Amino acid sequence: MNTQVLEERQDQFHTVGGSAFEMACNRESLAGAVSQRACVFCGSRVVLYPIADALHLVHGPLGCAAYTWDIRGALSSGPELHRMSFCTDLRENDVVFGGEKKLARALDELIDRHSPKAAFVYSTCIAGLIGDDMDAVCARAESEKGIPVIAVRSEGFKGNKREGYSAACRAMMRLVGTGDTSGVPRVAVNLLGDYNLAGELWIIREYFRRMGVGVVANVTGDGRVEDLRRAHGAALNVVQCSGSTMELAKMMREAHGTPFIRASYLGIEDMAASLYAVADFFKNEDPEIVDRTACLVREKLTALMPRLALYRQDLEGKKAAIYVGGAFKAFSLVKAFRHLGMRVALAGSQTGTREDYEELAAICDPGCVIVDDANPLELSAFLEKEDVDVLVGGVKERPIAYKLGVGFCDHNHERKIPLEGFEGMENFAREIHATVTSPVWRFMPRRAGRTGGMPACLEAGI
Amino acid sequence: MKTGAVRVRPEPENVKHGAASLSAYASTTNACAVCAPLGASLAFRGIEGAVPYIHGSQGCATYMRRYIISHYREPMDIASSSLGEKQAVFGGGPNLKKGILNVMRKYAPSLVGVATTCLTETIGDDVPGILLEFKREFGDLGLPEIVAVSTPSYSGTHSDGWHAAVAATVETLSKASSPGSGNGVNIFPGMVSCADMEHIKDIVQDFGLAPTLLPDISETLDGPALAEYRPVPPGGTPLSSIRAMPKNLASIELGRTLSDRKTGAAVLEKRFGVERTGLGLPIGLRETDALMEALSRISGRPVPRRHLLERGRLLDAMADGHKYLAGKRVAVYGEEDLTIGLVAFLAETGAKPVLAATGGRSAGFAQAAADVCEGLAPVPEIIRGADFHEIADKAKDLSPEILIGHGKGQRTAREWGIPLVRAGFPIHDRFGAQRLSHTGYKGALQLYDRIVNALLKKTQESCSIGYGYL
Repeated sequence: MNTQVLEERQDQFHTVGGSAFEMACNRESLAGAVSQRACVFCGSRVVLYPIADALHLVHGPLGCAAYTWDIRGALSSGPELHRMSFCTDLRENDVVFGGEKKLARALDELIDRHSPKAAFVYSTCIAGLIGDDMDAVCARAESEKGIPVIAVRSEGFKGNKREGYSAACRAMMRLVGTGDTSGVPRVAVNLLGDYNLAGELWIIREYFRRMGVGVVANVTGDGRVEDLRRAHGAALNVVQCSGSTMELAKMMREAHGTPFIRASYLGIEDMAASLYAVADFFKNEDPEIVDRTACLVREKLTALMPRLALYRQDLEGKKAAIYVGGAFKAFSLVKAFRHLGMRVALAGSQTGTREDYEELAAICDPGCVIVDDANPLELSAFLEKEDVDVLVGGVKERPIAYKLGVGFCDHNHERKIPLEGFEGMENFAREIHATVTSPVWRFMPRRAGRTGGMPACLEAGI
Repeated sequence: MKTGAVRVRPEPENVKHGAASLSAYASTTNACAVCAPLGASLAFRGIEGAVPYIHGSQGCATYMRRYIISHYREPMDIASSSLGEKQAVFGGGPNLKKGILNVMRKYAPSLVGVATTCLTETIGDDVPGILLEFKREFGDLGLPEIVAVSTPSYSGTHSDGWHAAVAATVETLSKASSPGSGNGVNIFPGMVSCADMEHIKDIVQDFGLAPTLLPDISETLDGPALAEYRPVPPGGTPLSSIRAMPKNLASIELGRTLSDRKTGAAVLEKRFGVERTGLGLPIGLRETDALMEALSRISGRPVPRRHLLERGRLLDAMADGHKYLAGKRVAVYGEEDLTIGLVAFLAETGAKPVLAATGGRSAGFAQAAADVCEGLAPVPEIIRGADFHEIADKAKDLSPEILIGHGKGQRTAREWGIPLVRAGFPIHDRFGAQRLSHTGYKGALQLYDRIVNALLKKTQESCSIGYGYL
């Protein structure tokens, strides 16, 4: 592994069970290292993007807008304005003379055409450099059009994705607290940090419905401007993917006194624990909620566990590598793999913090390598050396795995199969099983000549 | 703003759309093109041992990688200067140098292709100057070739970036003193698929000529499964071949909108007097005939039987299928030269190209569309600098029955309930985009099959009984 790691990056690795935990992270990506990370703009864009009835206008060149057009599989139960790509298409002339007029005209034109409930205007590298006063343009548009027009300070070069998350949270905070909270039930939460990929949020909302818990705002999957405005009416913020929305939760606690808990809907333990935590929070308000929750979890597990056992027959002892955007997802995945009898040999993320990695190291088996901000060469070297059976990652990691004949599971925002909730856990097991047991790998040069019988699941007709 | 070695084409000020379009949108909705550094990175990927390098913030490289990977389904490493706020203030020079050194250590490239971005163009980084300094400071390390191209995203499209990168490569590498092979021909294929490049090489070789295709992504972006990961994928135009380009018999560049640009062929002509033959992208009968004629002239050989046979098959299919296409109103969009090539072919089939739209702004686009339709079909409506809002707006009156273009028109096609035949880049919603053929008689035939079948599928699905014979 170390042969592939640039010297400056050595301290961004840690092997569990080796030396005491010490890891550098949250530093700027190393020039020339081909980081898998994106930029501030990307961070803001992915967090706010699923707000389906807002106009999302990129103030910058067309590339930034085109690369983020319909980029997430964030489903909406209603409007789909978020799936359009709008930009001011800044050009040479605008760089010289400024883009404010163009921005004002674009806002005028697009708000009239689409009647959005709010507009988010994303700053890009170029908008930041030419010094456009976006706040002023947005304020004018806001007073003219009568909807919130919010500048998102997401100049690409001003940090990494984390700063983008932060800018997105500040932008959303402009909306929170501006709506009418009458009619919000006492037992109600906001779901922060879920993006409704492949409809996952709907699975989770159904669990809460059965528990008797109302949901005020989805932040931001299947999100709506009006819901965000009245989000302060909820009694509790349930924060998943805390990297992206924890800041909003903290701001809401500060401004509106809304408490928050951390949650994860991936895997069995974390999913159940999240539901129980919410039940626990409301148990004084609704004494029967704990029983209802236990009943729900029991029902789901009774259906799920025998299915997992089937997949496990074929997966026992196989090896997985995890490289995802945020460290929190990695926690849940490590636990989920245990249920499949698999060992996690590598766990890494693009934007984890020191605390994240320390926590990750604590739940991983000895020998597991923890990595921050990895790159294709490091990942490929690792897959080869450890003879990993499956890599969990996103589109950029996929071809690395396939090129080497390693299975792959897309756990990023382009996924089309829901992986959250108990139903999602079964999907995850099926996905992992399908890729790990594929006969294709036996023909790949790296694994040629290996034998293997027909997977038990196939024989069982599953 | 300082500039690098080669700039993308300047464009008319204050003109968002072509003269043929009178609309005046201030905003862009669902763009029909992406930015120049992406095209430059793709072109550099087609050079043997090369690593594309974006001098900008980290996000640019990552976005472009994701965009390219989703089309080719191949690894696509693009290094980045990963500039942050500090560098935006004090200049990106130190990061550029450090980045190239790191790329050298990890990738051992034979060439690093440096494309600039909005960020570095606007802060005024003097990339050629920084690279000169770099060579002075680290000359003892055995440096790779370094090609710099100025590709701010606020100027031009991915296609402009591609051609600028190719021109910069030729400008940097070609040396008059290099030995030539005697039967070499320079081919500048433009932004075509891996399968197209493979086929174009075959065609040239069938005339007994040795093609130097620049760039050549046929293997680098459609490679085999590997036993060991290769930091830089095998394939691409060898540096020695690029250096020897001035000694080759002639240059052929494919694309009707290239004649007024500084392209690789233009550089070779101007500097070394290499004959420059500009042809259309060889799609369909006439444009491919022109390529065959040019190759026949350069080689002194007749068109090989294989290609005559393929031409005959194409023609035979065009007879078999002409009724399916007769008068069908087609809207075509995408990269300029591909769009023109598709229109040229459609005009031959009896279909009626009603709209030719491109995200690019090449001045010659409208004229080229008119030229390829002459005598066969009415000239289609033209939109330059198009986005999908404008394409939809224009199409209201034109009522197209089929769309041909890249995958980003999918939602438009769905909205209108008409088929989309995918061609060009990007195609993120289908499998095998890198293997789609468009060029040569054979490629046009495959394209023809796809078009006819898309129409038949529509006929079958929209009739109540679903015909078994069509």
